[in-house]
Amino acid sequence: MAALLVAAARAAAQAPHAGQYEQADIELGAQLYAGHCVVCHGERGDAMPGANLGSGKFRHAEVDRDVTALIRAGIPGTAMAPSAYTDTELGALVAYLRNMGSVNLSAVKLGDAARGRALFVGKGNCASCHRVGAEGPRAAPDLSSIGAMRTPATLQRALLDPNDALLPTNRPVRAVLRDGRVVTGRRLNEDTFTVQILDANERLVSLERADIREYTVSTQATMPSYATSLNDDERADLVAYLLSLKGPN
Amino acid sequence: MLRRIVFTATLAIVCAAQAQVTSERLLDATSEPQNWLTYSGSYASQRYSALTQIRPSNVDELELKWAFQAQSLESFETTPLVVDGVMYLTEAPNTAVALDAKTGRLYWRYQYNPTADARPCCGRVNRGLALLGHTLFMATIDAKLIAIDAITGQPLWQKTVADAAAGYAMTLAPLVVKDKVIIGVAGGEYGIRGFIAAHDAATGDEVWRFYTIPAPGETGHETWAGGGDAWQHGGASVWVTGSYDPKLDLTYWGIGNPGPDWNPTQRPGDNLYSDSVVALDPDTGQLKWHFQFTPNDDYDYDSVQVPVLVDLPTASASSGKLMLWGNRNGFFYVLDRVTGEFIRGRPFVKVNWASGLDESGRPLETPQPLGSVTFPGVQGGTNWYSPSFSPSTGLFYLSAWENYGSVFRPAESEYLAGRTFVGGIPASPLAGTNNVPGIRRGAINNWTEALGNGAVIALDPRTGQQRWRFPTTDVSSSGILTTATDLLFTASRDGYVYALDARTGALLWRASPGGQGANGPISYAVDGTQYVAVSSGNGLYVFGLRD
Repeated sequence: MAALLVAAARAAAQAPHAGQYEQADIELGAQLYAGHCVVCHGERGDAMPGANLGSGKFRHAEVDRDVTALIRAGIPGTAMAPSAYTDTELGALVAYLRNMGSVNLSAVKLGDAARGRALFVGKGNCASCHRVGAEGPRAAPDLSSIGAMRTPATLQRALLDPNDALLPTNRPVRAVLRDGRVVTGRRLNEDTFTVQILDANERLVSLERADIREYTVSTQATMPSYATSLNDDERADLVAYLLSLKGPN
Repeated sequence: MLRRIVFTATLAIVCAAQAQVTSERLLDATSEPQNWLTYSGSYASQRYSALTQIRPSNVDELELKWAFQAQSLESFETTPLVVDGVMYLTEAPNTAVALDAKTGRLYWRYQYNPTADARPCCGRVNRGLALLGHTLFMATIDAKLIAIDAITGQPLWQKTVADAAAGYAMTLAPLVVKDKVIIGVAGGEYGIRGFIAAHDAATGDEVWRFYTIPAPGETGHETWAGGGDAWQHGGASVWVTGSYDPKLDLTYWGIGNPGPDWNPTQRPGDNLYSDSVVALDPDTGQLKWHFQFTPNDDYDYDSVQVPVLVDLPTASASSGKLMLWGNRNGFFYVLDRVTGEFIRGRPFVKVNWASGLDESGRPLETPQPLGSVTFPGVQGGTNWYSPSFSPSTGLFYLSAWENYGSVFRPAESEYLAGRTFVGGIPASPLAGTNNVPGIRRGAINNWTEALGNGAVIALDPRTGQQRWRFPTTDVSSSGILTTATDLLFTASRDGYVYALDARTGALLWRASPGGQGANGPISYAVDGTQYVAVSSGNGLYVFGLRD
């Protein structure tokens, strides 16, 4: 089956500011967005009620200077905190925000979802950690609805560079308790006094920090990169399969 | 090395298996009192805890251990489940949450957003989850049944049970029996045709459906006389969780009011199986017996109360297998749950719509003249608030609304799909007061002695007589928990949580979280510490003894 290329930029005419920003700025902005903003605002910029960043229009800001000021100062009384970006970074963020709804930063090749599924459970060994529906372990994030949550570019990036794609909230943790027990797993939640973990035995575990002797949060994903172990066509198949996972109904 | 890997893998499987709530564990739920595995605590629905750490002698040492604040401002009616240190509950309308039962800290939160078609009559509420294996089941206000992985919070399947736009909704906690998830539909104020359905727990596929209004040709259809399509829009909804007797292999469900609610002339006849309890085969949905509490109901006396199953060998039923039922219509009933035969019944609050019950349990109706006050009022002598039975005291406990009446004014209603279909509006006997108090109470109490009062009452199932009562200024929407140490826990609409002596009704302890109590309190234990969890306002408050 012929691979389908997702156009790098589509419907540029619909974006009021397209062409006004340097591609390099948009790309830098995308990196910054993926590192910070995405946690609250989501991949498509629509995860916060009342703020659809993907539209390129902002309730509290009209011109770019307003957007820059808003990012810098935050919005008092909301979760939008002040930031300390440089002017270059702020410009890049604005460039990306103005274009995120109309520009796809990388050409992502989509292959055959059925072949992708075979790779998921076979050569790719993804199913040894990830769960889809009622099948598979829960060690890594459940991917049952991943196609409804991630763009093709993000999925491809995750396959090539898992560390870059690893959300801080999902980082692997290791806790050595004062009684010598070791708990490893995926961080689900934490606060000043406690930590909640899905442990390696698929149990929901809550630990008191007072009981922890040593606590390590890893920035290294346990998932391997597929940059060399799968070829371009195989990755395209895998991305197509992941995109097909939209959850129940 | 290979041996070590195999050992590790086996250990992982064993650990994972420990958290599985099998159907066998559900059958024997009372043998693990540290957990709360079903809506009512066990299939017998006694809402009784065998835990003994909290006793009358130390109950005044209870202190708040943690509180869970819901994101929703709807009434907090969910009964949590607790499994091996993990608590599962819902936030209204349809968000499932897993948290650490010891600290209240969240593991995950799954938010289902109901469609705009959802139109539950009386609050966008939910009363809780059911669990089998590693799967939770949630019934939604837009009439979907959703299976959720209990470890990750990810949805596994979702099934449309009925048409939300036509007024079908679900607010109850499902009941798992064997490999099936049993649910029922609300919508008695929208002209639905009610039903109970069982879905396959693994696939979500519907296995059977029992319509609570018989179709033409079926036994009982003749009780919807008057021709036309009254039976198709006759309500008979199901919005509180049923019970199950594994030995008899029967599941029991209370059925709601017929519609239109207050105008029985639009539906002549007894209107089976509205205001009834039905006993069904859980494998097929086949009706084994029924008992109707209020034929041709004029007053919205839903019989959705939790069926409480009790074995009292000394009772007059030949088997001693009883069902206790404090009904919204103001009568307390004792039934033989093998046959559905009426054993005894008597009013537990002021009743004037009937002078008593005949030998078969049918009410001797005494309709009040138009414009005069009928007791109990439209919200009933009690309602969906979970009662409790203590095997230790042998008493049955419920939240009663005493001396509470309404003026019923029937009116013709036209059925329009998805619109309310209620047949009039009941009025307060006291001008300027609200006779149908909202699910949520105001900050300043406007409920006074002029409208009646609340009470926790203890009834003796051997006689039907009241043994004690604990009166309260305001009425209560809270369920009741009893424990093996003869404590009774409940909450009130005026912001208190309290413990009574289950033998005498004496007040032993109280706290003031300040919100309305609206769920059924539970008790559980983690790492040897017993907790009592009860809702107040928009949160769940969890108490334990001082460290």
